[in-house]
Formats: sequence, C-alpha cells, structure tokens
Amino acid sequence: MAQLTMIQAITDALRLELERDPSVLVFGEDVGVNGGVFRATEGLQKQFGEERVFDTPLAESAIAGLAVGLAVQGFRPVAEIQFFGFVFECFDAIASQAARMRYRSGGRYQAPIVFRSPFGGGVKTPELHADSLEGLFLQTPGVKVVIPSNPYDAKGLLISAIRDNDPVIFLEHMKLYRSFRQEVPEEAYTIPLGKANVVREGTDVTVIAYGAMVHTALKAADEIEKTRGAKVEVIDLRTINPLDEETIIRSVEKTGRAVVVQEAQKQSGVAAEVIARINEKALLSLEAPVVRVTAPDTVYPFAAIEDAWLPDPARVAEGINKVLDF
Amino acid sequence: MATKERPEFETVQILAPDGTVVNPDLMPDLSDDQLRELMRRMVFTRIWDQRAISLNRQGRLGFYAPVAGQEASMIGSEFALNKDDFILPSYRDIPQMVWHGLPLYQAFLYSRGHIHGGQIPEDVHVLMPQIIIAAQCTQTVGVAMAFKLRGEKRVAICYFGDGATSQGDFYEGMNFAGVYRVPAIFFCQNNRYAISVPLHKQTATPTLAQKAVAAGIRGVRVDGMDVLAVYRVTKEAAERARNGEGATFIEALTYRYGPHTMAGDDPTRYRTNEEFSEWEQKDPLIRFRRFLEEKGLWSEEDENRVIEEAKQAVADAIKKADEWMPKQKVTDLIDAMYETLPPHLNEQKAEFAEREGR
Repeated sequence: MAQLTMIQAITDALRLELERDPSVLVFGEDVGVNGGVFRATEGLQKQFGEERVFDTPLAESAIAGLAVGLAVQGFRPVAEIQFFGFVFECFDAIASQAARMRYRSGGRYQAPIVFRSPFGGGVKTPELHADSLEGLFLQTPGVKVVIPSNPYDAKGLLISAIRDNDPVIFLEHMKLYRSFRQEVPEEAYTIPLGKANVVREGTDVTVIAYGAMVHTALKAADEIEKTRGAKVEVIDLRTINPLDEETIIRSVEKTGRAVVVQEAQKQSGVAAEVIARINEKALLSLEAPVVRVTAPDTVYPFAAIEDAWLPDPARVAEGINKVLDF
Repeated sequence: MATKERPEFETVQILAPDGTVVNPDLMPDLSDDQLRELMRRMVFTRIWDQRAISLNRQGRLGFYAPVAGQEASMIGSEFALNKDDFILPSYRDIPQMVWHGLPLYQAFLYSRGHIHGGQIPEDVHVLMPQIIIAAQCTQTVGVAMAFKLRGEKRVAICYFGDGATSQGDFYEGMNFAGVYRVPAIFFCQNNRYAISVPLHKQTATPTLAQKAVAAGIRGVRVDGMDVLAVYRVTKEAAERARNGEGATFIEALTYRYGPHTMAGDDPTRYRTNEEFSEWEQKDPLIRFRRFLEEKGLWSEEDENRVIEEAKQAVADAIKKADEWMPKQKVTDLIDAMYETLPPHLNEQKAEFAEREGR
C-alpha cells in the first residue's frame, strides 16, 4: 500500500476506471497535457490518449451538455468543472438535463455522469472559486452529491461514483488535496454512496460533518475530551445527497445531543436538512436543541477574512459545549 | 444597423413558390416514390396539426406547439437522415420525431404529460423534446462525439428556432462541434419570431447562417418552404458529417402560421395580416403539389386519400392514448429518480403508494 495524498488517490481512481471500462471518458478545462489545474488528471492523457482524456474549450455549460449527450449514447463521462464556484454556468445541464434524464425518458435513457469539482475554503483562492454550493444540490432530485474527507475515501467513493448509473457531483475540498497522506490500496475498491462513516466513537454528543470540516470536528472533539472528559462521536457524512439518515439517527439516539458542522452558510443546506431529519426521527431522544456551527449567511468572503469566516475547532468546541451544558 | 448580406449565405432554393424549378442543378436524386412520400408526409402532418389544434381546444391534448407552415423544413430535413441518425428536437419538432419512428400515440401522451410519451422505443433514435432553449445544442456534440469515438457513420442533428441563436448554448455547441469536428447538424427553423419578438430584435446580423463562421463550421441558408431544397442541404450536411468533414449549421427560412403554442398566444398582437398572407403565398404544400402535379405524380385522389389516412391515424392514436394503461402515479415518478431508490425516497414512496392504493 502506498501513502497517497487525496489528489493522488483521485488520479489513481480515474486511472483504474479508465483502464477497466472503455466507456469512461475524462474531460474538462486544462485536464489534458496540463493534467488539470490541481494535477488530478496528471499523466492520464499520455496513458489513454486524446480520445479518452481531453481538453475542452472554456465553457462550463457545454462541458456539462457534452457529458449529457455522451451519456445518452452509453458513455460514462467524468467531467471536471474547474472550480465549483463556476457551477452556475452549467446548472441547467446538471439540474434540468442530467438529473431528469431517467424520469423524462421513463427509464429509456440515463445519465451516468460524474461532475468532479474542487471547492472549499482556506486556500486563498480568488473570489468565486471556493464557495460551498453543495446545498443547492440537496434541492436537486436525481443527482447524488459526494464529498470525501480523506484520500482513502476519495478513491473508493470516486470509483463508486463513476460506476453509478445516476449523475454524481463529486466535490473535492481544495484544502485536503495535499494536506496529508494516507495508506491507500493499489487496487480498485468501492465505498458505497449514501453511507456515512463514524470516524470517532463517543457516547455523550454527536458531531456531524463532511469534507474538511471532519478534521475540524475531530480536533474539537479531542479538545472537549481533554478539557471536560466528554466522549464525542464524529460522523463523516461522505455523501450529502442522499443522506445516511440511519447512521445519524442511531448515533443521536445513543448520545441525545448533536452538533452539525459545515463550511457553508447557515441557512438551508446540509446542516438544516440533517436537523430536520433528527427532528422527524429522533426528537424525543434529544437532551438539548441541536446546534449548527457554520459560516454566517453572507456571500463567500474575499481571501483576507476567509479564516475568520470559516468554522474552526474553537467554534466547533463552543458549539459542543453549548449542547453539553444545556 | 444591419450589415449587408454576405453572398456565401445566399438562400438555396430549388422550387419557386409557383412550383417551377429554378435551380435544376441542385435537384436531389429522389425517385418518384420518394417524391410522393415527401408530399404524403407533408399533407399528413398538416392534417395532424389541424386535428391536434382542435383536440387541444377540446381539452383533449395538453401542451401543443403548432407546426403548419414549417412542414418543408421539418419533413425535408428528417427525410435526408438515416434511420440510425440521432435527432435532438425541441418542443415544436414532434413531426421529425414521429417520422423518425416515434409512434403517434406516444407523441400525444407526451403532449398530455404522460411518462410513456418519453419512453422512446429502442430502435427509434431521438431524444425527448427539449424545453430549455438551445440546451440540445451542447448535447448534440456529445451524441455526435459518441458516434465519432465508436467509428459509426452516424449523424446527430438538433432542431431549434431563431430565438435559440441568442442563447450561449447555441454558440457553445457549435464551437465545440467545430473544435472536435464531430458529425453534427445544427438545424435552425428561422420562423422569424421567438414567441412575439421579431428576428431583428434578436440579432443585428443579416443572416443567422453566418453565425457558423465564428464557430469555424459550415453555414448554409435555405428556403425553408421548399422541401426539395431543405432535403438537398440537409443530405449534403449529413454526407459531409459522415465523411469526417465536420458540422454544418443550417438556417431554414420559414414561418409558423399558428400561434407559438396553444397556451394562449395570439399572433395578431405582433404580426400583420399582410405578412401572414405574404408567407402563405410561399406555402410548402402548394408549391410541392404544383411541382408534383406537373410531373403527373400527385392527384386530388392522392391528396384525399392522405387526408383520410391522417384523420384516421390521429383518431386511432388518440384512442390509444386515451386507453393507455397503466395510468401515471406519483410512485412511478419516485421510482424514476434513481436507478436504486435511496431510503428517504423509499419512505416517501410508501406514503404515496398507500394514498394511491397500491
């Protein structure tokens, strides 16, 4: 087993699926010779040729529309949207076209497309690059949304996403691309979509997070355990649409307390949906109101105040203390 | 101010409005039977359109966008395709879908918003009608690229109107098609109005065909009321595409006699009677009928036979649509969201299944 960064694990997943299935195609802006602006497709064009790994003109809407047309003809496109802040340019192709293909055709056609895209804060990108727009896709039935928090998960989830017969939005947190390495098996393996992972077991409070916030939550959990001895359970959602309600409810029933952490703004979105599910299924198990630790309801800030805007371990710990002290 | 028309985008015409041949050199190589079939399809479609409008008024059809006036553009272009070429239509392009193989009763079910309307049979190579203007232009590149990657000699063709040429997706699609040199045809039925907005408020260019220049693909302008000319330019575009010579943008000059759709549009608010009569003089059916009569290939009996055939076919298709079982359910919709239902939808399905008595 090799020690890989998340970006290497992603390249590895793409390579293995390109090798395994001739219908897999990889394309997007700069993904060819350049290997992607983050090098996620490094070496793939050289290995698989320009017919299967190729650059596109600079037009997100057509990239996604191209993917829809290829999918209708039985291909499995993996389209890169260079930064998720640009997704509005292709929202129609994803939400109105790909996501509805199965229904509009009564099952005659499907759209097994992966839209890969870097997102997430903390790396000082120019504006409109880092936005956490995943919440928009909780109101987009027909798509799945996957957000890995580490190299091992990234590889297994991406392989599952490519093999899935429905459109999957695969969001890669930029801060996680090279921040740490992890043991990643060389062969292909899958991690099921729609299944969360309990990354830290505990009995006193449940913290639910995804993407980079899983690491922030883990730091806060250590801090809480150190300062007050409370056992914090941390759930990594891994897929935010559909949500793994079962894992969330089981944990909340056990701990009676919950904090939901997300980088995105507070209103609507993943945290709101998680809390709604808890209310529907586990309200009577709760010992305290569920707390959200999120960014404020503003537009994504310029880089200079990014760190203050994003939730950090101290804010998460504050949230945990609040539910423990209720 | 609009600039002068460029000579390379002169309108291709074979038949003058009086049915005389003005361009014999361009006459396509069609047998007598094929010529008669073109006429049959246009007459059939005109009658079907009239019936569809009355059915809509009786509340028996649902969403419908009338096609009268545009038959030559629709039928001439589809006739130039092979059975396995792939059509990406917009909502008015139901005739091309049907002549490409979609059963008429399914077209009616689509109008009524029934899921079976989009269940295209396996051997019919069309996509469901596009509602989002020009979204099919980018998808066409994907379909065409698939043919190219597999080495199949097939063509992808999308249909849209003049209004669509203002959309980004129209240009993005043509640009991608140019870059990848895929076997695609972008077929624009320029009927001069996007609902009510006239062409000169849509673009400052004297032709739409010239927009192909910016994408580096071939642009052609054709008399869209002349079925032979439409057939000719589409056939040529398809052959070039099959031979690896890339994509073509076709601008067909045509006119819709009726309203934009049957949902309350009143064309008298934005078009004059004079203009309407002027275009009626160019009618595709009158023109082609005269041409065929001159050659002894069409008679009043032929015409009446097709009219009866069309009326019967529409009546049969509506009857089949009326009787179509199973009726649509919310649980069917839920089932069609994903290949495998996630737990939250399973729960919601159970709720509706109980309601719907399953």
